[in-house]
Amino acid sequence: MVVFGPNGSGKTNLLEAVSLLVPGRGLRGARMAELSRFGGTDWAVAARFSANGEALDIGTGTAPEGGSDRRVFRLDGAAPRSQAEIGARVAAVWLTPQMDRLFQEGASGRRRFLDRLVFALEPTHARIVAAHDVAVAGRNRLLSEGQADPAWLAGLEDSIARHAVAATAARVGLVTRLNAASMEGATGGFPPARVGLVCPIADRLASAPALQVEDWLREALAAVRPTDAGTTSLGAHRADMTLEDAENALPAALASTGQQKALLIGVVLAHALLIARARGFAPLLLLDEPAVHLDAGRRAALFRALENIPAQVLLTGTDAETFLPLCDVAEGLEAGGGMLRLDARFMPPGPMSDAPEGLY
Amino acid sequence: MGGPEVDRLISLLAKLPGLGPRSARRAALRMLLAPEARMLPLAVALAEAARSVRPCGVCGNLDSRDPCSICADPERDASIVCVVEGVGDLWALERAHVHRGTYHVLGGTLSALAGTRPEDLNVAPLLARVGQGEVAEVILALGATVDGASTAHWLADRLRPLGVAISRVGQGVPVGGALDVLDDGTLAAALRGRRPA
Ligand SMILES: [Zn+2]
Repeated sequence: MVVFGPNGSGKTNLLEAVSLLVPGRGLRGARMAELSRFGGTDWAVAARFSANGEALDIGTGTAPEGGSDRRVFRLDGAAPRSQAEIGARVAAVWLTPQMDRLFQEGASGRRRFLDRLVFALEPTHARIVAAHDVAVAGRNRLLSEGQADPAWLAGLEDSIARHAVAATAARVGLVTRLNAASMEGATGGFPPARVGLVCPIADRLASAPALQVEDWLREALAAVRPTDAGTTSLGAHRADMTLEDAENALPAALASTGQQKALLIGVVLAHALLIARARGFAPLLLLDEPAVHLDAGRRAALFRALENIPAQVLLTGTDAETFLPLCDVAEGLEAGGGMLRLDARFMPPGPMSDAPEGLY
Repeated sequence: MGGPEVDRLISLLAKLPGLGPRSARRAALRMLLAPEARMLPLAVALAEAARSVRPCGVCGNLDSRDPCSICADPERDASIVCVVEGVGDLWALERAHVHRGTYHVLGGTLSALAGTRPEDLNVAPLLARVGQGEVAEVILALGATVDGASTAHWLADRLRPLGVAISRVGQGVPVGGALDVLDDGTLAAALRGRRPA
């Protein structure tokens, strides 16, 4: 499905709304208060997913009773027991124009990108990373206050060690399987990329059992307490992701903006196929302005790859013409004035189009 | 809506957990339609509970007797003490009939971010009880949150010099999970699957 229209026509808002159907802060990483329309406080998104012949209704928004800072989910009209139930049924991955600078900025953005890929493969990963970061924040607080109870610090370091090893193992697993999928041609002719992990915990996991790495990390954290005043110098929050062209080994950090964008697209294409194989359903792919910075050859390769990908893809762009090569396989929607209009040059609406109340 | 008395009733009810303003209005209306049957017995029960229920001096459970009915029950195995964060967890374990020993209520967990320190927890009575030598095993059932896990680690460190067996509940409790929201089967599995700390 292609959504096009001038800047400010709400294309990205539409992608953000869809991205909020999976647990997490969505495509902009927005806080609850930033999600409602100007002047309002309440918001909601609803959609119907169809996979393997089964329909699945997912809704999310502010709680009907409890104020605008609490978000709730609905699964087939009922409250799920936890957000993990949603994560077990749907996954989404996105690329936004902001990510064009992913390799010029700090490691935290790259870590978030990688963790979203991991999360689509293993929904428990989000909770493990969150618990890890809570433990790190607690240890930082105790160290910055000085005279902390050593047994309490050891308890937090135990949490950091267990969650850091679990999170790192999940990252390593994703990276390994993703690179293997890329090498097998999962990108459908699009130039494949190779993902790397810069992380001492991952290095140790390559040669030692997980429990042994946990012990090492616990001891290492205890040893660096005197120099870790208010910071934690070891853990899963110190990892970084690298990306390089699988064919010529050009690292993303040295590549042009267009080459970087192509590398990221290569990653999400391979990821979509990996998730489809591993979990039996494909993730939603949300590509905000994917054609920008791509040369004609890569653009054509992207469109060819999208024709064969098992995932549902939402793309945005400023003009319809760019996406006409997709007119036989995609619906075209023009955004503007708070509405979406079908463009007759593209495929007519499929059987899904009468369903998702939240999309039209 | 119905005068200051009704407004006050609704606003007090709305402060209770699980009741928002809408549910509070419904509850108030239901009571006001049959005050003799639904309201006065409740008022008596509230007053009696407020007067007589206190934390148990031994374990911290809430009861009208001190020591509480669990601590005073000769059928309970006082040599196995299960440490929980709050009375809600104790009630959950009792509902599930999974623990035949006694309890200790900590009254919270350590939290660096929320500012809950070791001195804020109810620990001394537990250490005293274990120090008297009649406790063989302490089960730490503190939930799988970061704070629960680090509190268990810290408490195990305090208990170890007293020579008591220490075990941790954890199996089957999801990361970030609190005990009092688990179903009985999961609670039973968690307690059965306890491991030495
Ligand atoms: Zn008692």
